[in-house]
Amino acid sequence: MPIFSYLAMPKKGAKESLCAELSRLDYCQIVPAENQDVIVLVTDTPDDTTEKRLQRTLKELQSLQSLSMAFGYNEKIDKGE
Amino acid sequence: MKLDRRQFIKQAAISSAYATAGALFPGVSFGDWNKLANNSGVISWQKTPCRFCGTGCGVLVGVSDGRAVAVKGDPSCSVNKGLCCMKGYHSVQALYGKDRLTTAKIRKNGSLVEVPIQEALDLVAEKLKETRDKHGKDSIAMYGSGQWTIPDGYVASKLFKGCLGTNNVEANARLCMASAVTGFMTSFGLDEPMGCYDDIDHANVYITWGNNMAEMHPVLFSRMIANRKRRKNVKIIDFATRHTRTSLAADTSILFKPQTDLAVANAICYEIINNGWVNTNFVNEHVSFRKGKTNIGYGTEDHFTFKEKAEPINFDEFKTFLEDYTPEKVEKISGVPAKDIKYLAALYGDPEIKVTSFWCMGMNQHTRGTWINNLVYNIHLLVGKISTPGNSPFSLTGQPSACGTVREVGTLTHKLPHGVVMKEEHRKMAAEIWDVPLSNIDPKPSYHTVEMFRALDRGDIRFMWIQVTNPMVTMPKLKRYREGALKDDRFIVVSDVYPTPTTDVADVILPAAMWIEQEGLFGNSERRTQHFAQIIDPPGEAMSDTWQIIEVARRLGFEKQFSWSKDDYIKRIWEEYRRFHAGPKHEMAPYDVLEARSGVQWPFVNGKETKWRYNPKYDPACSNGKEFDFYGKKDHRAVIWQRPYEPAAESPDSEYNFWLNTGRVIEHWHTGSMTRRVPVLHNAVPAAYVELHPEDAAELGVVDGEMVKIISRRGEIIMPAQIKGRGVPAKGMVFVPFFDESYLINEVTLDAFCPISKQPDYKKCAVKLEKV
Repeated sequence: MPIFSYLAMPKKGAKESLCAELSRLDYCQIVPAENQDVIVLVTDTPDDTTEKRLQRTLKELQSLQSLSMAFGYNEKIDKGE
Repeated sequence: MKLDRRQFIKQAAISSAYATAGALFPGVSFGDWNKLANNSGVISWQKTPCRFCGTGCGVLVGVSDGRAVAVKGDPSCSVNKGLCCMKGYHSVQALYGKDRLTTAKIRKNGSLVEVPIQEALDLVAEKLKETRDKHGKDSIAMYGSGQWTIPDGYVASKLFKGCLGTNNVEANARLCMASAVTGFMTSFGLDEPMGCYDDIDHANVYITWGNNMAEMHPVLFSRMIANRKRRKNVKIIDFATRHTRTSLAADTSILFKPQTDLAVANAICYEIINNGWVNTNFVNEHVSFRKGKTNIGYGTEDHFTFKEKAEPINFDEFKTFLEDYTPEKVEKISGVPAKDIKYLAALYGDPEIKVTSFWCMGMNQHTRGTWINNLVYNIHLLVGKISTPGNSPFSLTGQPSACGTVREVGTLTHKLPHGVVMKEEHRKMAAEIWDVPLSNIDPKPSYHTVEMFRALDRGDIRFMWIQVTNPMVTMPKLKRYREGALKDDRFIVVSDVYPTPTTDVADVILPAAMWIEQEGLFGNSERRTQHFAQIIDPPGEAMSDTWQIIEVARRLGFEKQFSWSKDDYIKRIWEEYRRFHAGPKHEMAPYDVLEARSGVQWPFVNGKETKWRYNPKYDPACSNGKEFDFYGKKDHRAVIWQRPYEPAAESPDSEYNFWLNTGRVIEHWHTGSMTRRVPVLHNAVPAAYVELHPEDAAELGVVDGEMVKIISRRGEIIMPAQIKGRGVPAKGMVFVPFFDESYLINEVTLDAFCPISKQPDYKKCAVKLEKV
C-alpha cells in the first residue's frame, strides 16, 4: 500500500489540462499551486500491481513534463517484508 | 479531527511536497483543493467585499466547478491590501452549512411545511395586504439589517415608504450605529466619517474608546500594529471598561467605570483649555458652541418621546461648564487616575502629534451614545485635529453595509435615501424618483427598532417581514419581544440562510441567497461602496432578498415601480438610487466604475474619490474659501456640544451588584448563525461563557468552567464561567458574548436606549451572580 508525493511539472501552457487529467485518475489527489506552474500529486494505491500500473499511466500523460518525487512510503518495506 | 495512521502518512507526503516546492519556487502558494469532491483543480478568482464586519476588506473568492472553494485577500483593495482575518479566510465555508435553507416553508397547524417559493411569496403578499386593509398602513413593518445589500434596502424602502405609505422600515443597524449617526448629524450636519483608513498610516497616536479593535476590526488593528513597528513615535492607547486583546497589545491601557467616558471626555476638554492647548484659530473660524437638554431619560417605557432643544452658548460658558470636570473630580467618578486623564489630554493637545480616535459599540451602545460621540468630536475640534491625514475622530461600523444600506439608503423610520421624511423637499425628491404620489410618503416617522418590537407585542403592528437578521437573539429584554412575536394574530415572515431562533417564530420562511450567490453592493465604514458580482448559484430555491421584495411588490400591484428585469436589476436599481445623492457632497460612482474596482469612496466627483471631507485640499464640495468647510451646517461650522455626565439607566446596587457587559469575539459574526457553521471557527469558540474577574470568581467560589447563574430584573441564564481568558473584566463586572443562541444573554439585558439615537445600551445593566 504505497504512498508517494511528487511535484508534477506541466508542459508549457498545459497546467489546466494536466490538472484535469490527473484529477480523473484513480488513487491520485492533486494540489495545484496558485501562483506557479507546479502541481503537488499524491498517490495512494492499494498494492504494488496497482502502483506500477499507475506509474505507467502517469508516464503516458501528454501534458506532463516531469515528475519529481518528494516523499515515498511502502508499508511492505516498512514491515520488513 | 480524527486522523488514522495512513491519513497521517498521506499528510506527511503532502507536507513534504509543499516543502520541496517551497525550496524550488520561493513564494509558491497552494490552496487545499484535494479535500474537495469533484474538483478539477482549475479555479477562477473573483473580487468581492468580505461578508462579515464593517471594515470592508476586499477578498478574492476562488471558484472551482461552480463551488466557492477558497478565499484570499485582495491585494488591490486599499482597505486590507491582501490581508484577511480568520472570519474572512473561512468566509466561503459559511455558504455550505449542512442545514442551509433551500426551500420556502409556511406554518400550517403549528408546523412548518415546505412549499414552492412562489406559493410562499403569494402568501406573504396576501397577508401583507390583508393586514394593511384591516389594521391600517402602520400595522405592517419591514425589519432589515446592515447586512442587507444596498439594493435590498433600497427596494424595501421604496416598497414600504413609497408604495405602501408606512415609515415602518427599520434595520438592526439601529442597534449598533444609530448613536454614531446622531453624533455626526448634531456635530457636523452630515453623516459618516470625514477621514478614511489612510489615517492609520499618518497618525502618531491611536486612541481606542471602548473599542476592542484587535478582535472586532482585526485587519485595521494589524495595520496599526504594522505602523507602530515601521514608524517611530507611534502609540496605541486603549481606553476601555475591560481588559482585552486590544489592551494587551496597547502601549497604555486605561480602564474606566462604565458610563463615565462622558466625564473623562469632558475632563480632557478641561485640560486642553486649562493648559492653553486650544487651536484658537481653528475654533474661531470653524466651530460654534451649543448646549442641549439634560436629564433626558432612558426610554424604558412604551411610547417614550424626546425632542432636543439646542441653545447657542459661547466659549466662556463652555469653559465654565467644564469646571465640574477637573481631572481630580473626574477621577472620583470614573476611577481613572487624574494623571492618566492629563496624559490623554496632553496627547490630544500636543500640536506635533497626530491623533486618530476609534470607537464602535462601546460608545454607540450607550444611553448617552449621541453625547459621547459629540464629546469625542469636541476634543478633536478644540485642538483642530480633524479632516487632515492622521487627525481623525473615526466611528467604525460593525456590519458590512450598515453605512451603505442603512445610513446612506436610509432604511430607518425617519430617513429617505436623501434626507428625512419630515422635510417636504426630500419627500418630493423621493416621490419623483420612485414614481409615486407625494401623498404616499408619510411626513411622520413611526417606530424606531425597540418601539417597533414593542408595537408588535402591543398589537399595533401585526405583520413583520424580517430579512438578514436575527432579532430573536439580539433584541434586549428579549423575552417580551419573543412572546410578542409569538402572539396568535401576528404574522412574521423571515428571509434567511439558516434556521435561527428568529425562523422559529416565523409563519413564513423564505430561503435567501447569501453574499456572492447574488449580485450586490455594500458600503463600509470609510464611505467606500463595494460591488460584487454573482459568483456562484444559490442553492435550491434560495432567492436574493432584493428579488423577494420585488416579487411581493409586483403581487401588490406595483409593477410600474418594480419593473426591472432579472438580467440587470442590480445595475438599474443602483443607477436609480444614485440619483438621490447627485452633487459634490455625496456623489456616488457609476455602476461600471464600481464593477471594475475594489470599492470607490464617495463623494466621487469628476472621476476622483474623496479621502478627507471638509478639507478643500481633498474635498471638492468645500466652498467657503477657508482652510476647512463644515458645509453640513448652515453656518459652515462644526458644533462643540455641552454635554454633561449622567449615570446609566441601571447601575449595580446592593442586590444586583455587578455590571453586565455584552459583546463579541473575533471568531464569530454577530449571532453566530453563519460562523458557528464553519467548523474551524466553531471549534475555536464552541460556546458562550461569562467572563469574571479572578477576585470575584474567588469570592463566589467559582473556578473556570463551573456554571454560574446570571440574574437581572428581566430574567436569568446559567452558563459556564471563564476566568483569566482572553478578556478580563474589571472587578464588579461580568462580560458575556452574544453569539451563542444556546445562551440567550439578551433575556437578561435592559431595553434602555439613547433618547436621541434610540440605540439600546447593551453594555450596562445590573445583575447578580449565583454559583450553580
